[in-house]
Amino acid sequence: MSAHSTAIGVSSKRGVWGGGNEPLKASYGKLMMWFFLLSDIFTFAAFLITYVSIRVSYPAYAGSAEAFVGSNEYWPVPELVFKALPFLHGVNAPLIFVGIMTFILIASSVTMVLAVEAGHRNDRNDVVKWMLWTLVGGITFLGCQAWEWSHFIHGTDGGTIMTYVNSMGRSVTETVFGANLTVNEYGPAGFAQLFFFITGFHGFHVTIGVVLLFLCFYQAAVGVYDRRGHYEMVEKIGLYWHFVDLVWVFVFTLFYLI
Amino acid sequence: MDIQENKSTLVVETRNDEKIKKIWKTAAILLAITVVEFIMAFTMGRGILLYSAFIALTIWKAKYIMMEFMHLGDEVKGLFYSIIAPLIFLIWLIIVLVKEGSEIFLMRW
Repeated sequence: MSAHSTAIGVSSKRGVWGGGNEPLKASYGKLMMWFFLLSDIFTFAAFLITYVSIRVSYPAYAGSAEAFVGSNEYWPVPELVFKALPFLHGVNAPLIFVGIMTFILIASSVTMVLAVEAGHRNDRNDVVKWMLWTLVGGITFLGCQAWEWSHFIHGTDGGTIMTYVNSMGRSVTETVFGANLTVNEYGPAGFAQLFFFITGFHGFHVTIGVVLLFLCFYQAAVGVYDRRGHYEMVEKIGLYWHFVDLVWVFVFTLFYLI
Repeated sequence: MDIQENKSTLVVETRNDEKIKKIWKTAAILLAITVVEFIMAFTMGRGILLYSAFIALTIWKAKYIMMEFMHLGDEVKGLFYSIIAPLIFLIWLIIVLVKEGSEIFLMRW
């Protein structure tokens, strides 16, 4: 295995019982970040598998794309739900916006890995430059998600006539606009509930990530890591940031493609 | 007062173009897979074939992110397997919940 996988060198001269050695040849912080991410993988996997489970419990929409109307009798087709673009009202652009979001997140993951690479070389200028780009990517992604949510909640111009059981326990038939946790114009209530829970939980992770990225950017810029003697923090926060990208890859496939 | 002058004692190494090239190459692969998924979403009919292709491509992307970006492939074997092996539990969770979902489907419709 590569000798440059960790920022901190591990001395092989010390014996196993001499203390100071690192299990699995990774520092404490990095090891704990990996195990935290493992636990987070399980949390997200539980969410996503639940999505699949509830989704297969409904029939899929089988008609033509032009004739599509939302109904809580069948699961909607994602490209007929997520088809709007900011500033371009009424333009039919299926999945374009979410494609741009995916592109932004992957790009910010690339700049993050470049920052980690610069950290291995102790190159402060490069670390600061790439951290800043990653930060820009993360904030842009969050902005996109805020718009996506807002559009999803407010809904389309026409809305959809839905028959559902309201929060008072009565069955009502009315025109529904947008989405909330009780009813939505796109499909069964579970569709919007899972959308809010899963993309919301992911967005929460991105928000935490942006805060961590900023701290890391600031500390790198003022030379904290130079004084500390290594740039391992960039690597640890990088692991978290890549994980956020990793989860998005699955959310993108399960929510927007399938 | 050397420390307060913010001067680094670390030696800045020069860029390794080989490594940086590999990072951009991985990024290009990830983007290419996403573009392929996009095209497939609009050209292929919906069905089990398309869905399996999406999931296979997603796992392929996940592999690139974990191995190249997160450098899991560069860690020692013990760490690698302590992250990968527990994921085996997810296989059972998928089987159970998909089965459960399709049973509910049969009951409802």
